[in-house]
Amino acid sequence: MTQSDSVDLRKPVTAPVGDGADLVEHVSRGRATLRRFRANKSAVVGCVLLLLIIIVTAAAPLIAPYGPAQVDISDRLSGPTPEHWLGTDTLGRDTLSRLMHGGRVSLAAAGLAVLIATVIGLPLGLIGGYFGGLVDWLLDRAADVLMSFPAIVLTIAIIAAVGPGLTTAMVSLGIVYAPRMYRVVRGSTLEVRREVYIEASTSIGTPHHMILRRRVLPNILPAALVQLSFLLASALLAEVTISLLGLGALPPTASWGSMLGQAFQEMRSQPSLAVYPGIAIAVATLCFNLVGDGLRDAFGRETRKA
Amino acid sequence: MLRLLCVRLLAMIPLLVIVSFLIYSLIALVPGGPEVALAGSNPTPERIQAIREELGLDEPFLIQYWNWLTDVLHGDLGNSFVDDQSVWSAVASGFPVTLSLVVLTLIFAAVAGLALGLAAGLRPGSWVDRLSTVTASAFMALPYFWVGMMLVLIFAIQMRALPAVGYVSFSESPLDWFSHLLLPAVSLATVPTAVVARQTRAAVTSVMQEDYIRTAKAKGLHPRRVAVKHVMKNAAVPVVTAFGVEANRLIGATVVIEQLFALPGVGKLAYFSVFSRDFPMVQGILLITAVLIMLVNLAVDLSYGYFNPKVKAS
Repeated sequence: MTQSDSVDLRKPVTAPVGDGADLVEHVSRGRATLRRFRANKSAVVGCVLLLLIIIVTAAAPLIAPYGPAQVDISDRLSGPTPEHWLGTDTLGRDTLSRLMHGGRVSLAAAGLAVLIATVIGLPLGLIGGYFGGLVDWLLDRAADVLMSFPAIVLTIAIIAAVGPGLTTAMVSLGIVYAPRMYRVVRGSTLEVRREVYIEASTSIGTPHHMILRRRVLPNILPAALVQLSFLLASALLAEVTISLLGLGALPPTASWGSMLGQAFQEMRSQPSLAVYPGIAIAVATLCFNLVGDGLRDAFGRETRKA
Repeated sequence: MLRLLCVRLLAMIPLLVIVSFLIYSLIALVPGGPEVALAGSNPTPERIQAIREELGLDEPFLIQYWNWLTDVLHGDLGNSFVDDQSVWSAVASGFPVTLSLVVLTLIFAAVAGLALGLAAGLRPGSWVDRLSTVTASAFMALPYFWVGMMLVLIFAIQMRALPAVGYVSFSESPLDWFSHLLLPAVSLATVPTAVVARQTRAAVTSVMQEDYIRTAKAKGLHPRRVAVKHVMKNAAVPVVTAFGVEANRLIGATVVIEQLFALPGVGKLAYFSVFSRDFPMVQGILLITAVLIMLVNLAVDLSYGYFNPKVKAS
């Protein structure tokens, strides 16, 4: 019993703790979650593909056959050849290399936006949901305000003021997405807040910051993690949209969005140029969604869709 | 119902005040101020000062905001920095285009999504169900603007069956109106279709387990009649929910799609204004968008009560 006690302290449970059987089940919660995730075929496929995409794009400077801006006018708009597996664009740049380098830019940009959204949204959601009252009310109204605009429209409006550029765009997007993380975290915190073990902690005088860190945070993490993967999918799409519009990654930087934008201009002369970035974006988005769905199912009843 | 409507409309007012302040504050983010952005390259200090005076930028910020807000409340959203056209008339001329696009998109999404969701939900686990689920997942992941590009490639460039760009108003020629909007609306409809299909499938599978469905089947009602009479009625809620969730995203997506298909709607206007840093136009469009989205959310909330009387109580 001492063993399960110590584990239980670090990992409080969401479900009301009844008898000893419950405790035993929850001791191996992490392992059970992992088992459920691994049994979900599409989630595993999504996870493996995603890792593969991340490795290939991260290693682009090492493994890409050409540089992303390496111009070869004599070999422009070539179809697939042994030298250029996916052909070249109007400036004779290798499409495969640009796809790998561009993915690096697009995925890093999406990651930055979601990181900012999480850094803002997660602590505020914890605070709002846990303390309630005026703070919660104010935070909730702030979220209402930000969410009364379409994310893309608000982001490009901020870009209109601050000026274009990928970093600006992603910081703006991170702020615009913060309420989405906030809402999910606040919702789960409100649920956890009502649990008996929180009342118990409060009654023995545990300081709030300790309860938040040791009791609430571990229990809202599943919900936050699921939201994280869905936000990554949205952020990737947003990066592509913004760069496609010419407000994010500026030429000659390759990102999946800027590649798609250029390809659209050249669609009549070389239609295949528009095909590859689209497939890359779709596969990456699908992977994020599959992993998100898989995580949600694996965490099971502990996570309700926000 | 009327009481609820009034309460909800009143609740929108404080939110709108904050929203409008946020929108106006965007100007404060401009490095050097909007007058520098407006004055072009290498402006003289006199020119900058002239612009400042013309725009009333010498006033304190809160006074500027107050002046803007009172103008807005009097129905004056200001004039464009670029061509001095009034913001209202510019938005009004683009609105029918965007509205046509959104309505057509929602119709496509409702029809296709309901069909997919019903087919899947009535026979869970069957191959129809799996096919529909895979289709929905693919629709979720495919970038809508890329779908648009591929549709242009196939139907406009290679088959030459449909126009790739431009807009014809409904009153001019309904057929041309439809043919110009078909490709953009189909590409916008992919994600909403997937959302409606998923929601419908979930609703239908749960309704199918209800006792009254068993009763209906037991008394010998034809399965199709069961589907139409009992299941379809419950499918309205998920569709409305999906539309509510999607309305916000859809309005954002029109910015890109109108750009790709050269449709002269509000989205294209927004894009052009952002590019030319036409702040009165950007602010006006943002404010109108925010009001529209609030109204759509309100309509969605109210319609829950209509479609599902059980919700009304809460």
